[in-house]
Amino acid sequence: MPVWFDVAQYAAVEAAAERLIPHVEGRGPGARRAGVVDYIDSTLGAFCFEPPRIWAGGPYSGRFGGDASFNDWEPLSRLAELAWRIRIEGSQGRPEREVNGPVRGWQDEYRDGIVALGADFASIDDDEQDVRLAAAPEAFRTLLHQHACEGMYGAPEYGGNRDGIAWLAVDYLGDVQPRGFTDDEVSAP
Amino acid sequence: MSGPDRSRSTECDVVVVGSGPGGATAADVLAIAGWNVVVLEKGRNLLIDTDPPYAPRARFANDEIKNLFRHYYGPDPLLEPKTFRRNASDGARLFSGEVNTMPSMVGGAGPHADAKLPRFREIDFRLRSEMGPVDGADVEDWPVDYADLEAWYARAERDIGTAGDHNANPYAAWRSGPYPMPPGPDMYGAVLSSEAAARHGFHPYRAPSGVNSVPYGGRPACNNCGFCMMGCPIHAKGDPIAMLQRALLTGRCEIRSECVVTEIVTDPLRRKALGVRYLDADGRACELSAGHVVVAGGAFETPRLMLRSGDIATGGLGNSSGLLGRFLMFHFQTYAIGTFPFRLHGHRGRAVTHLMDDLMVPSASDLEAARSVDLPWFRGGVVEHGAAAGPIQEAIHYPSGDPHTALMADSPMRDRAWVFTVQGEDLPQWANTVDLDPAVRDVHGLAAGRVTYEPHRHEIEAARHWAPKLEAVLREMGAVHTFWTTSPSAGVGSFAERTPPVERYAPTSRHWMGTCRMGDDPRTSVVDRHGRFHDLDNVICADSSVFTTSAGYNPTLTLVALAARAASAMAGLPVTVPVPVPVPAPSA
Repeated sequence: MPVWFDVAQYAAVEAAAERLIPHVEGRGPGARRAGVVDYIDSTLGAFCFEPPRIWAGGPYSGRFGGDASFNDWEPLSRLAELAWRIRIEGSQGRPEREVNGPVRGWQDEYRDGIVALGADFASIDDDEQDVRLAAAPEAFRTLLHQHACEGMYGAPEYGGNRDGIAWLAVDYLGDVQPRGFTDDEVSAP
Repeated sequence: MSGPDRSRSTECDVVVVGSGPGGATAADVLAIAGWNVVVLEKGRNLLIDTDPPYAPRARFANDEIKNLFRHYYGPDPLLEPKTFRRNASDGARLFSGEVNTMPSMVGGAGPHADAKLPRFREIDFRLRSEMGPVDGADVEDWPVDYADLEAWYARAERDIGTAGDHNANPYAAWRSGPYPMPPGPDMYGAVLSSEAAARHGFHPYRAPSGVNSVPYGGRPACNNCGFCMMGCPIHAKGDPIAMLQRALLTGRCEIRSECVVTEIVTDPLRRKALGVRYLDADGRACELSAGHVVVAGGAFETPRLMLRSGDIATGGLGNSSGLLGRFLMFHFQTYAIGTFPFRLHGHRGRAVTHLMDDLMVPSASDLEAARSVDLPWFRGGVVEHGAAAGPIQEAIHYPSGDPHTALMADSPMRDRAWVFTVQGEDLPQWANTVDLDPAVRDVHGLAAGRVTYEPHRHEIEAARHWAPKLEAVLREMGAVHTFWTTSPSAGVGSFAERTPPVERYAPTSRHWMGTCRMGDDPRTSVVDRHGRFHDLDNVICADSSVFTTSAGYNPTLTLVALAARAASAMAGLPVTVPVPVPVPAPSA
């Protein structure tokens, strides 16, 4: 279940992300298969978790040995929490969040962007989806593209790149610590 | 939430503002000299335990999201914006937000740096005498020369732990001994690009690198994960954890993170610092008395602090010359990029394993090219062979839709790419400045720092001259497509027309220099040859603010050498030869 999107918003963003990073037969999976929408949902809903899901832990994921620690999310300092609440939730008229004036949050951009895509976005055909996407607010399109790339090719602990499927598709091992690469793997073709 | 935290001392022999390579080095020298040191760092501590035995925290990870896209290192531009303009005709500012962000954490930008540690060459300290003036620039000799610094360079290489081949670079300055460690493994792509470069008359060499090739200083050898720029998960990089750890081990050094120094407090005559005021992690106002002050916040934060201290109306503290904040330099980076029909796996290994100095040693025909564009001479910078990038960085540069998925599978801009990065010499100019923005504030209510910067024609013409030669090397190496660009793009290179303003005008070099120029004459410089502010008896600068010129080399090793020398001078220790210090023992 999504933590921030409602069911209709989730479906719209899932469909929109798939248009940006589509499944292409023989070349690679798309955003839907990789769960990019789950990455975006847990980013917008980062403060639904404790600690908030902003910075994964370290140093190892366990995929190449060592104790898995990426899921030990880092606690935020007082100022880091302020910054990330401003970025995600917007300044909302609160003086302490308006360091240099009001800031629109990512949640605001998505809420309005999804409205612009239309309530039936997930069910219309690809070409019509592309037309609607092109007409959506630029701030939303830029943010969605950025987040789609992060959710597709970032560490799976953040909610996307399910089972590392996007790394597999681009012949990339991801986080390789503590194994690293052998000297031969560095120097040989 | 009121009153200082009584559990912490309110007096010390020296307060060091900033814990990057320069501040860490000063803390190390002064703690070993027997001084009680407090290091104040505005960023968080991700690096090292502050209780014995001061172990590395092992919190860094191969995580592209948090390191590159979530401001993990700080500063967060929503809380600490910088502002930028090219010159006064842009008005108060052109934009506000991120400008060439330097990480802000315990260790400064050291954990982020991919640890290339070249020395400068003899000529770099005598540019005015050797090469002559350039119209519109303020090229001067340094008040120190290479011979003054050689022993300090050697010490810095030992302290950080540097791997390299002392016979490899035919243009290298003389040195008193070999590197403490042999080089690590050569990257595949760098072997190919070095062979191709040699066939075109260049002289590539194995890069001196602050990355352990064998266990050193109690820390392990590098295992080639390729994420040098994102903090080393196993702490195989020494800069500056090695210096901080040694300072802490004296028992006389304390690091206070998330503490923002708001001003330097002085006597009424403003000749002597008495200490600092700062805000602690909970935002409480604190005061710390100190016999001496070391400012080491980097060439952006250091002038910002000095400008808001003392009498702001007369230009801040240490500014009788009126030059505080001036002669800001970045390195004008040129990138020659090639796409290949085969994979080069540039993400494996130490990010950069080969360099070449040829562009720092212009030939007769290079100088002829400079004169043909009405410059008396030009120099490029050290050329880095490399291509480390992650798939998110790659993906955001590709178009969306079906081409995206196909491009990611083929990877022309990551796994099949190779890049020459030139750390182009950025000539000092009086008009290039860090000052205080008249309106924009940070989260603490302090005036944001404002950058005023335009490259000189020298940088742009040098890029135009050498970039095509580097593209030719990439084609020799087998590239099927090449292009070049610069940072800032400044209207040259293949991408110039479609870059957004922030990239068109503001650099992304992550190198900051100048702003507290070093010189012998208090009328034409801010600090003396030992890094001491001309105006202040007991305050030194221990970061790259003091650079008189930028040279075309990564600045860290030089700033560490200068910081150790400056701190030694402040402590009354010899400055000709470093006092011997314990050489780090190899781990068992």
